[in-house]
Amino acid sequence: MHELGVTENIVNIALAKAGEAQASKVIKINLVIGEMSGFVPDCIQFYFDSLSKDTIAQGAVLHFESVPAQLRCRNCATIFQPQDTLWSCPKCRGQSIEISKGRELYIESMEVE
Amino acid sequence: MKKIEVIQNILDANETIASRNQQLLDKHKVFAINIMSAPGAGKTSLILQTLARLKGRLNVAVIEGDVASTVDAEKVQSEAKAVVQINTRNMPESCSLMAAMIESALKDMPLDNIDLVLIENVGNLICPAEFNLGEHKRVVISSLPEGDDKPIKYPLIFVDADAVIINKMDFLPHVDFDIATFRRSIAGLNPKAEVFQASCKTSEGIERWCSWVLEQVETNATKR
Repeated sequence: MHELGVTENIVNIALAKAGEAQASKVIKINLVIGEMSGFVPDCIQFYFDSLSKDTIAQGAVLHFESVPAQLRCRNCATIFQPQDTLWSCPKCRGQSIEISKGRELYIESMEVE
Repeated sequence: MKKIEVIQNILDANETIASRNQQLLDKHKVFAINIMSAPGAGKTSLILQTLARLKGRLNVAVIEGDVASTVDAEKVQSEAKAVVQINTRNMPESCSLMAAMIESALKDMPLDNIDLVLIENVGNLICPAEFNLGEHKRVVISSLPEGDDKPIKYPLIFVDADAVIINKMDFLPHVDFDIATFRRSIAGLNPKAEVFQASCKTSEGIERWCSWVLEQVETNATKR
């Protein structure tokens, strides 16, 4: 639902970085997206194809690395992955939980020529 | 072919504007609260109640975010010091307010005459969680008819909230909403969040909520 603005940012960052590197073409953009971030890769790709048209990023491949959600129990510090929607620690059954991984949303690297 | 390391957060552009917004607000001694919820949970009703209670104590302005219409702005018009309606229908994001929209709304506000801005976000439990607006506090309203499972279905928005309001308490006899279950989920996800039980219909809990708002505004003012 909110991928258009995010994709605009991706195109802007990619073009700026490619410019700094004096590249003539962006081949691939490696993105890291946390499972809990709520952004849909297919949707980003769809907008990217249209927003990058007539730029040096046109035709670039978007590669998405998905980071699985990782939770941490505040009571016993156990790190675990959510098994269902009810978050509870597999070790102490505690329900005081924080998200340690899975909210990422960044461009990791790019391939240019 | 050459590989370039980038490591840049895609939401940086929004974060930059958000921190600019907060600097502007701080400069004019304005406190901002971002109010988020699903559609129909009672954001506008809570704002109306808050405006009525804080009248004479604080000058309050409202920023209304909706996909379309000025219905909400009209409702709060007479009670607020200033109202700006943002329609997100033709913007890159229609599902949430973003920092740039707030930046332009603040330009239309007499900031020196305002102590508090209540920002009513677009009704949605997913997208607003991702976009910082430059607010000082984030509030989420969950209403009884929505069910007590919302924190476990939409954890992100609750994880970052400073306060959670359980609204429509007057529905309690009619719905299977277990207050203890809801509170337990919030305490687990976000032990620091203040939880209020309220009804904008009967005014239950509104006084306590307004005291909290006043306290936040005052604490922030002494810090500056």
